[in-house]
Amino acid sequence: MIERLGLVSNALPAQAEELAALGGVLGLPLLLGLLGGLARPARGWPVAVVGVLPLLALGWLFLQVAGEGRVWTVPLGPLSLYWRVNGLALLMLLLTQAILLASALYAPTYLRVDVQAPARRQAWFWPLLGLLATSLSLIWLAADLLLLYFGLELMGLVAVGLMLLPGKADALVAGLRYLLLALIGSLAFLLGIALLLGAWGRLDLAGLTEAAEPGPLLWVAVALLSAGLLLKAAAFPLHAWLAPVHAAAWTPISALHAGLVIKASFFIALQLWLVLTPRSAPAAWLVGGLAAAAVVWGGVMAWRAAKLKDMLAWSTVSQLGYLLLGFPLLVGTDSTVAAVAWEGTWLQLAAHGIAKAAMFLAAGNLVLATGKSHLRELAGASRRFPLALLSFGIAAISLVGLPPSMGFTAKWLLLNAALMAGQWIWLAVLAAGTLLSAAYVFRVFRYSFVEDAPSLDFRPVPWSMDAVALVLALASLLLGLVAEWPLSLLRAAGGES
Amino acid sequence: MSQAWLPVIALAASLLVVPVIFALPERAWRARAVVNLGAALFKLLMVIVMVFGLYQGRDYSFRFTVVEGASFLLQVDAMGLMFAGLSALLWLATTAYAIGYLEDSPNRKRFFGFFGLCIASTVGIALAGNLFTFLLFYEMLTLSTYPLVVHRGHPAALRAGTIYLRYTLTGGLVLLLGVVAMHVLVGDVSFGQREMLADLGPDAHPMLIVLFVVLLMGLGVKAALVPLHGWLPRAMVAPAPVSALLHAVAVVKAGAFGIVRLVYDVYGIGLSHELGLLSLLTGIAVVTILYGSVRALSQQELKPRLAFSTVSQVSYIILGISLFGPFGTIAGLSHLLHQGLMKVTLFYCAGNYAEELGIHRIDELDGAGRRMPMTSLAFTVAALGMIGMPPVAGFITKWYLGMGALQSGMPWVIVVLVASSLLNAAYFLPIVHRLWFRPGPAHGRGRWPEERNLGRFETSTWLLLPTAATAMFSLATGLLAGVAFSPLDLAIFMANGEYRP
Repeated sequence: MIERLGLVSNALPAQAEELAALGGVLGLPLLLGLLGGLARPARGWPVAVVGVLPLLALGWLFLQVAGEGRVWTVPLGPLSLYWRVNGLALLMLLLTQAILLASALYAPTYLRVDVQAPARRQAWFWPLLGLLATSLSLIWLAADLLLLYFGLELMGLVAVGLMLLPGKADALVAGLRYLLLALIGSLAFLLGIALLLGAWGRLDLAGLTEAAEPGPLLWVAVALLSAGLLLKAAAFPLHAWLAPVHAAAWTPISALHAGLVIKASFFIALQLWLVLTPRSAPAAWLVGGLAAAAVVWGGVMAWRAAKLKDMLAWSTVSQLGYLLLGFPLLVGTDSTVAAVAWEGTWLQLAAHGIAKAAMFLAAGNLVLATGKSHLRELAGASRRFPLALLSFGIAAISLVGLPPSMGFTAKWLLLNAALMAGQWIWLAVLAAGTLLSAAYVFRVFRYSFVEDAPSLDFRPVPWSMDAVALVLALASLLLGLVAEWPLSLLRAAGGES
Repeated sequence: MSQAWLPVIALAASLLVVPVIFALPERAWRARAVVNLGAALFKLLMVIVMVFGLYQGRDYSFRFTVVEGASFLLQVDAMGLMFAGLSALLWLATTAYAIGYLEDSPNRKRFFGFFGLCIASTVGIALAGNLFTFLLFYEMLTLSTYPLVVHRGHPAALRAGTIYLRYTLTGGLVLLLGVVAMHVLVGDVSFGQREMLADLGPDAHPMLIVLFVVLLMGLGVKAALVPLHGWLPRAMVAPAPVSALLHAVAVVKAGAFGIVRLVYDVYGIGLSHELGLLSLLTGIAVVTILYGSVRALSQQELKPRLAFSTVSQVSYIILGISLFGPFGTIAGLSHLLHQGLMKVTLFYCAGNYAEELGIHRIDELDGAGRRMPMTSLAFTVAALGMIGMPPVAGFITKWYLGMGALQSGMPWVIVVLVASSLLNAAYFLPIVHRLWFRPGPAHGRGRWPEERNLGRFETSTWLLLPTAATAMFSLATGLLAGVAFSPLDLAIFMANGEYRP
């Protein structure tokens, strides 16, 4: 399992060229963000031109590792920091850059058309976006707890900053509540790190794998770490903060938050379990129980939600349950099961990231067009704004997990893993999740097909906003059939055990 | 160009129409008609090419891996081609019909877009080479028909759409679970690799029976097997071309076709017989046939009566394949086509009466034969075929079903057939009688509910031509059943393949 995470124990000092590639991936978004804050682009195309640069840096990094996972050490004063570059990290980086780029392309038009915030506040959007990209990349690449802590803190604070940008009362209340919870989560995380450091005197993950011995101390530390992370990931039952935050935030920020930010916490949590307690199946089953509850409860609440964005937020809670199923399927299972579950989990993460981002952007378009935020007020939408609805629908196919979408392929793998492991109960959970998600998604369409709706006045949506949502949605649909490609990336560069 | 691309091109032809239609503006109905009809003709041509290729023994298959242990596989065999041919032929007819039917109604772009997607799914189902690929298109069909069912957007349509989804998505989920379990048990089973399951040995038999039942439940929803048929009569609120297509080829047939694949190409007829699964199918089919017919009798409106008749008629296919022996197989497979042709005709006629005269109830049909002779003639031909009168196609089915029943040693099935034919007569003949022998508004008594003069002839030409064409085909497949490439000939070709070791 450690090999899959790319945590080989023979860490090498990074060469100059490797360091430059790493720096490019981490630094370029930040630099571009600052540039964006100064230039405040009003159109999408300059963003598109500039946004290719981080992708190029990522390509360069890919060439540096050349087919096998690497762990690099970078000295920083008395400390030495551990970086891990393998298939998984590259896949996550690619996902991050894709969703960020989509949000960045969506943002200029969105800020111009939909947001009535003062220009000064809008300018803050870009550097914060760059900082978010950097912190996320840091989390995917970090191979020691210090870097992870730094990345997590930075990401949390930036996310709060982005949430506060609308400047309205409800955004402030939701943002500050989020800040409070994020700080509690960080505190728990920090406490866990302190315990580990005190006991074994090291923070690099590969080293901890060998050093850590099972015992009450380790369990308490992992419990603290997990509690902090699951709070940040909005895992059941620590999810209550999510819906108000999404309802108040700007659309591209909701897309980023649901698509990437909460996934980062999940990523760290799963990684720590696999590193520190790879045999603790009973505890993983406990997380599995939480997953089941999340799938069902999130689904029911999404079904009952009256507002479009609330529905999407609750659906995130439900879909995160699918991801949490990765714990019982990966921790303490034999290697054939784990191999399938491994691919299923990360594919599910990518599928939900892309699909949910597309859905938020499409929902933002629908809300912009109707000027209303309730599902009921979408009546007749299929005739008036077919493109936004089409994007929403295509992404919803992936969310529900119907073929040929990425969500389907991921669910197929998870179902396979559950059956192979003989853990029948997860079959029922996945089935219930599918039916519930179909139920809440089709509510939207039910309203949109109503023909005798009073024709309210609506605003036309700029085509670029529709196009970004549609492209993301199509990606979530079509990548399911060619899932071999992202999965081969996962296997390449040291993913093979 | 490599031959392997032929099925891909056939599929792409119908799939690529969809974005083109969505891209055309709403009012460009001429361009849309050209694109639709052109693609339909092209696909028919592709199917014909593949039929000839198949008779010459060419092998078309196209495969790529989706994830480890599951691949996307298109392959061409006689059974798939038969279904693809039906879909291609009826796509052409129904497209023409829909152009006439939806003239001047709103949301035509949306309608034809999803209509194209629906047909593409049926081609995919026909050419799918393994359970995984079949499942992909089976679910795609569910999604693409929903907008068609709720097309009118009134509360009854929306309710019907919700019920439709409840049934079909649950069925799809059950099917998914069954397919996953099959993959875990034996791996990727291509259709036709029957030995894979047979080689598992007797230890696996209980598991195989359970799996068969699970897969049957998933497929039975679309095939409208009692008690999973509840969605079908309610989905009748959809526009007539949709009902016609749903009943004749798309949804109901996809389910029935899936069951045929399951029995012949996954389990194999020998293993199914050995496991006692065929008796299970016979039982379900008999119940469905009789129940559907009895319910059809009590319907006062034309479309719901046709809907319950579909419930009953589709199970003839299931009955045919469940009778162990070549004759049963021939009956089941040829009925896949026969029922499609006859049922689509009946629905076109129902649509014509509703469009031209505003008739929805059966008792309003008095004397309609005089006002609309062509439509009424088509209706009569198809109805007589459904009852099983020679020389219409339905007779062939019933004849072979009877022989199959004797061959498999189940003569009691003939009693069921007779009873069902009597019931068919009881619900179709009164309609025919009303059409031709009762005086009505055409004879100066009363008025039609809502008369519109849509065309030069008895109704719009777009509506009339497809109706006449499919009625002719139902007659021709019966009359010319012995000719090469007729549905019966194809079915015999396949039955020989099944039972010859």
